[in-house]
Amino acid sequence: MAVDVVMPQMGESIFEGTITKWLKKPGDKIERDEPLFEISTDKVDAEIPSPAAGVLKEVKVNEGQTVPVQTVVATIEAGGAAAQTAPSPAKQAPAPVPAQAKAEPPPSSASAPAARMPSPPPGAAAEQAHARAASGEKIRSSPLVRRIAREHNIDLAQVPGTGAGGRVSKRDILEAVEGTTARPTQTPAPPVGGAIPFRAPTGPSPLPPGGAAQSTAAFETAVPREKLYFGHYEVQPMSVMRQKIAEHMVLSKRVSPHVYSVDEVDLTGIAALRAKTKEKFEQAAGTKLTFMPFFVRAAVEALRAFPTVNASVDGTNVVLHKEANIGIAVALDWGLIVPVIKNAEEKNFLGTARAINDLAERARAKKLKPEEVAESTFSITNPGVFGGLFGLPIINQPNVAILGLGTIEKRPVVIDDAIAIRSMVYLTLSYDHRVVDGATAHQFMGRLKHSLENWSESIL
Amino acid sequence: MAEITMLEGIRQALFEEMDRDPAVVALGEDIGVFGGAFKVTEGLLARFGPERVIDTPISETAIVGAACGMSYLGLRPVAEMQFIDFIACCFNQVTNFLAKSHYRWGAPVPLVLRGPSGGSVHGGPFHSANPEMYFVHTPGLKVVYPSTAYDAKGLLKSAIRDNNPVLFFEHKFLYRRIKEEIPSGDYTVPIGKAVIRRQGNDLTIISYAAAAHTSLEAAEQLGREGIDAEVMDLRTLLPLDRESILASLKKTNKLLIVHEDTRTGGIAGEIAAIVCEGAFEDLDGPILRVTALDTPVPYSPPLEHRFLPNAEKIVAAARALAKY
Repeated sequence: MAVDVVMPQMGESIFEGTITKWLKKPGDKIERDEPLFEISTDKVDAEIPSPAAGVLKEVKVNEGQTVPVQTVVATIEAGGAAAQTAPSPAKQAPAPVPAQAKAEPPPSSASAPAARMPSPPPGAAAEQAHARAASGEKIRSSPLVRRIAREHNIDLAQVPGTGAGGRVSKRDILEAVEGTTARPTQTPAPPVGGAIPFRAPTGPSPLPPGGAAQSTAAFETAVPREKLYFGHYEVQPMSVMRQKIAEHMVLSKRVSPHVYSVDEVDLTGIAALRAKTKEKFEQAAGTKLTFMPFFVRAAVEALRAFPTVNASVDGTNVVLHKEANIGIAVALDWGLIVPVIKNAEEKNFLGTARAINDLAERARAKKLKPEEVAESTFSITNPGVFGGLFGLPIINQPNVAILGLGTIEKRPVVIDDAIAIRSMVYLTLSYDHRVVDGATAHQFMGRLKHSLENWSESIL
Repeated sequence: MAEITMLEGIRQALFEEMDRDPAVVALGEDIGVFGGAFKVTEGLLARFGPERVIDTPISETAIVGAACGMSYLGLRPVAEMQFIDFIACCFNQVTNFLAKSHYRWGAPVPLVLRGPSGGSVHGGPFHSANPEMYFVHTPGLKVVYPSTAYDAKGLLKSAIRDNNPVLFFEHKFLYRRIKEEIPSGDYTVPIGKAVIRRQGNDLTIISYAAAAHTSLEAAEQLGREGIDAEVMDLRTLLPLDRESILASLKKTNKLLIVHEDTRTGGIAGEIAAIVCEGAFEDLDGPILRVTALDTPVPYSPPLEHRFLPNAEKIVAAARALAKY
């Protein structure tokens, strides 16, 4: 029996995904839950497991193509080829029928399995085409396709494209020609309201909707394009993740007036504590002891004291979050992702350390779930890990502040008119001045500094 | 009917035409006593004597100038360039005299200028050239570049009988590698007619000479992947068979052009323009080219391999085009 593999919905507000890599070829055997393909969406890159055991029969969506969720991207022949022979549908029919019988009249036995096969193309494809037309996106085709469309009075916007980059190909238009002659009464639903909103708005929002306007800003060039090309060069298309990062960064800088403040914190105590406890901690807890959980714990405490730093902006409203969901920027070879420690305020030191290490590892293995990169209320980034003295990060929307950690190093410091050698770090806070004023920001940082310099929490 | 090489096909055409018409004479460097650098003219001197088979000094200008004069006086000379690269030495004779005599003075030039061409033999930059496009750009000439033994023999005979100057390119990589049975007896292949070497529906690959074989090899591989490529062998570059080109494009709607000549100013550009002018609304994708790189032919074998088109490059381009 053939099982359809669909593009999964990787989160509530995600409507499409790009297949970045097929891990199996048609004809390959596959186990249930074995990774089948990799996708890239607005939010995450992820490996998608196979929904069934069997043989990969057909790949319908090629690498690099973006399709709406629930689109059939492949079929798997489950349980061997015998299911394809003529008599078996009849034999298999009784099994599914009783379950269905309650809801609807039983289909005629011979066609039962076929009737149950999902057949998304006409509806889904038309919707896709509507969405495309409504969004004002240019319809890609070719001179031949346009000629055929003209000769047969076909609106190209209504023809789903399966060619490279969603292009309407010769095959697509010929199928559409056949379709219109076969179904002369076809009346496509008016495209009004047909377009799916990029994000479902839950209230008045000052943020522009995603899509074209946002993309245009992110991918503007500051000089005429021809001035970019000189000498020897190579042109690399941006990955989906790179494009999303670009969009988010441009948007954040445009929406939030950034202010930066820098503090210097003495980590000698924590460094000593970590050095002394590291081995024991890692043995007992089975997870690494880094500096990051110290910063997260201290930040959570400071956020509780200054709730406007743990907020979002919605028009003229400030949304004060009751949870402290801390996004941690993780550098990847192929980009950057910000997994989120949910309800960090409920976790003790060990729980925080475990959560950080787990999220970072799974980010690098592309095993994050979409909900794990959403709903942050505050973020931390660590340019110091690559040797930066300090960095001035861009706010991770919809947060209003982000903490940047500089490199931790020993420096001579004046204490009580004496010079001492201490483990020092520069911490930076980038904050949205619409909501957070300098006074709050500096008090927040003072609180953070105080916690770190006077560490009292048991770490085991 | 015996299997013969392309080289043998050319040799047979020379023998048969010299037999048939006493006005046909051959001249070139070492074509007589030595039998030619590639032995194309072996036995010619013994058969037809030194008056009709002339070993010349090492001067391409002299060879072509003499042949041009002979043709004014009623002979039908077949002049050889030992390597076609050296045709550059007699560029003036070819483009100003052969090509324009009939136009300016009413003096037809029934002459064939032939020579071994092309790469893949590690001959380096002076012994591997494909200079056909200099002459395709010269009105008044005909330019022929066959890829099979049958065509080589039939086209050379047509060239010798033609009353216009014909440049006849012989791909030296194919000389002894291509074998086929050809009919005994006299036959000709018309100048200016392309041929479909493989029928297909998904896209057309237009090529000529050694690259036509490479294109066929690629088409077989594409066939195994489910891409049904049509392969056209131009055989004549001037005059170009526009009708066949447009007919095939109108059938498959996608076009890939492959040639061993360098990219810029190659015949691919001309074909692309013909298609855009004559069949724009039949195009279902961009017109792609797989060609040699825009450099001299490298001597180093790995560099030459990189420089030349090959089946792998053709398959990659065809895949992208099929998917478009």
